[in-house]
Amino acid sequence: MKIKLLLTALTSTFLLVSCNENNDVIPTNKISKKEVIENYANIVLQNYKNALTDAEALETTISTLTTTPTKANLTAAKTAWKAARESYGTTEAFRFASGPIDMNDDAPEGLLNSWPLDENYIDYVQGDANSGIINNPTMYPTIDKASLLGINQPGSNEKSVSIGYHAIEFLLWGQDLTLPSEKKAGQRAYTDYTSAANADRRKEYLKVCADLLTDHLQLLVNAWEGSYKTTFLALSEDTALKNMFTGIAILTKGELSGERIFVAYDNKDQEDEHSCFSDNTDRDIRLNLDGIINVYNGTYKNISGPSLKDLVNETNTTLGTQVSTSLATAETTINATATPFDFAISDTTERPKVLLSVNSLNNLGDKFVEGATALGLQISADLPE
Amino acid sequence: MDTYKKLLLFFSLVFTFGCSKDETYTPLVAEENEELSGGQTTVFSEGVNAFGLQASNLKGDNSLFFFTGNSLFNQNWVTAPASTTARDGLGPFFNARACSTCHFRDGRGRAPEVIGEINHGLLLRLSTPGVTSTGASNSDPIYGGQLQDQSILNTTTEGTFDVTYTSLVVNYSDGKSINLRKPTYSIKNLTYGSLASNIQISPRVAQQMPGLGLLEAIPQNTILGYADENDTNGDGISGKPNYVWNVEKQASSLGRFGWKANQPTIRQQVAGAFAGDLGITSSLFPDENCPDGVDCNQITNGGTPEIPDDKLGRVTLYSSTLGVPARRNHDNQGILEGKVLFNSVSCAACHIPKMKTGSHTIPALENQTIRPYTDLLLHDMGDDLADNAPDFKATGNEWRTPPLWGIGLIETVNGHTNLLHDGRARNIEEAILWHGGEAENSKLEFMNLSLTERKKVLDFIKSL
Repeated sequence: MKIKLLLTALTSTFLLVSCNENNDVIPTNKISKKEVIENYANIVLQNYKNALTDAEALETTISTLTTTPTKANLTAAKTAWKAARESYGTTEAFRFASGPIDMNDDAPEGLLNSWPLDENYIDYVQGDANSGIINNPTMYPTIDKASLLGINQPGSNEKSVSIGYHAIEFLLWGQDLTLPSEKKAGQRAYTDYTSAANADRRKEYLKVCADLLTDHLQLLVNAWEGSYKTTFLALSEDTALKNMFTGIAILTKGELSGERIFVAYDNKDQEDEHSCFSDNTDRDIRLNLDGIINVYNGTYKNISGPSLKDLVNETNTTLGTQVSTSLATAETTINATATPFDFAISDTTERPKVLLSVNSLNNLGDKFVEGATALGLQISADLPE
Repeated sequence: MDTYKKLLLFFSLVFTFGCSKDETYTPLVAEENEELSGGQTTVFSEGVNAFGLQASNLKGDNSLFFFTGNSLFNQNWVTAPASTTARDGLGPFFNARACSTCHFRDGRGRAPEVIGEINHGLLLRLSTPGVTSTGASNSDPIYGGQLQDQSILNTTTEGTFDVTYTSLVVNYSDGKSINLRKPTYSIKNLTYGSLASNIQISPRVAQQMPGLGLLEAIPQNTILGYADENDTNGDGISGKPNYVWNVEKQASSLGRFGWKANQPTIRQQVAGAFAGDLGITSSLFPDENCPDGVDCNQITNGGTPEIPDDKLGRVTLYSSTLGVPARRNHDNQGILEGKVLFNSVSCAACHIPKMKTGSHTIPALENQTIRPYTDLLLHDMGDDLADNAPDFKATGNEWRTPPLWGIGLIETVNGHTNLLHDGRARNIEEAILWHGGEAENSKLEFMNLSLTERKKVLDFIKSL
């Protein structure tokens, strides 16, 4: 009994002491973590909704193109594709966050945005007029949603991509065979949809891809409107914040800086750029960073609310300033790189600017890790392949 | 201060009570940092990408070059000429289009499961008795040192091979029996003539990639210190270094990599795989792998060489700096008991648990305390496991002790648990039972353990 009493007394003392210490070190939270998390969920949903709307517009223009294949309708479809990439690009900041986009092998990321892709898996290429699913009716008699879904990245072959934004991109632009210094994208002729071999199969293929694109984006909207939103908001606050921070840290340092910019810079190969057919990679890069900024600052279009930035600033003002400075530097250095991206990585005077952007993104990724650490969250900016 | 002292007193009381409850049981404790198999390179992932992560302590340019190496390792090489100038020159004769075809997710390959399957991660080395001036085994006069079972369009593939298995039953003294499978290889559909009548076939499965750079950073003297070629200590275990041809030095060097330790450096291993497995030439191996009767000079190549030195360097860097995954449950009592048993039946005589790396051109690999469970030496493993194909100093019965780190994650990463040089063992237990020769005694001691004890040993190995 005496021991028990002592124990109670001691425990209370201990708790009191620790509470006092806590109060000395960490000020009472003014920023509500819950609101930061809710604001993120609102941003994610609105961004996926916008991506879906733009993809639906793309599907309409592709429908027009395949019904009435003209040069003007091909141009209109390309314009719509680029517009659809504008809204999708920022959603990539929601990747690597254990969310519906890529939480497991069945998640739709690989169906939407797989790259790099072996274009000769889809259609003819220079040097092989008969390559690709489109030109092989014997092996692929049917082109529909089920069949194209079934042959996306079969087995261990990650580059055999049959569907998604970049499959559509290839079908609209074709291979970029001009020198980077000419600053031209792929030059696919609209006659590929009229008189060229297998034009009907190509039309069908393109339509199916556009249809699947909206299907998969709809899945994401549904998830963030319904079941996953509930799951996400029910996560412990620290888990949710950790997921958010991990997503932008990995996108910044691993995916964007490493895979998308540095590899292409180092290999000097335009096939290593993200949107290599349309020469839209410069936009991809800028939009990815915009998405990162959206998540960190808690803003998107007309949405604005409590953010990771607010939490970091509140916990450690000096560090908060450093993160924001790193973000601004990353933005400045990326905006300073030349367009199109294949020119930026191949031109001798432009290449150093690309490397500067890589370094500034790496620095930003490290700052995100520090920011998360300040909030008591252990995260890594390393890319899970 | 008073409160602090009282707390101390309180905790000492609690601990005293705790101990007196069970006076006989002394819990085993893990060594400090025992979970960090790769020292500071160790990565913390138990998922499908556990073998694919950059070493945790990689810094600066190396941390960036890793990404380029990754892209060259993972993506398919294509037939020259192609718009993807960084990755053309495949073949004309090859086993795989990418390194990752066999080392899928930087992991381990396996034998073909159905007749005619390609891209599984097992290839056949070919040799004939006798050695060349470098000490390497003589090649087949027509097909060279390796059967390539694929080729580019408009060339004729060399041939194919099938594997069939016969059953070999092993009985434990407690009555349990295990059915092992012993493979036989038959090479078929040869298109450029017959194989040499005295051909020696050595099947080799692709191994997982993590930790290779650390193995390269182990000081040579450390490895030679484990050697006991003439078994002077009389423990029945010899341990013999392989000395192999170093192409860049044009001299004999200690072999460290490959199933028979027949490659001295990661760079040469990588260049050798590019040449032999993908048909990509490099400054180390400038010649296309061409069967007798084909003029490869008439086939468009992807440059001379097809992979320039800077890119070969990126893939080498990548292959050197994949972090070793941390142990799982390393401080679990059952696992620790398994470790004691592992040591008591002398597994650790060759699968040496702990050593320290020395200097290396990649700073992240230097001076690390690592737990690879290998001595990187050759051991006679008995007739049942022999390929009867000598490789430099390695006899047809000898194999290099494979590192065991990461072994428990192969299932997660690659979806199988097949082990040994040809993937014949379908799990860790079968792999142990295939041990013979110098390892015969250890195997017998393992077999004499109780079922519970054997399970503890296996669980321990799975935790590596």
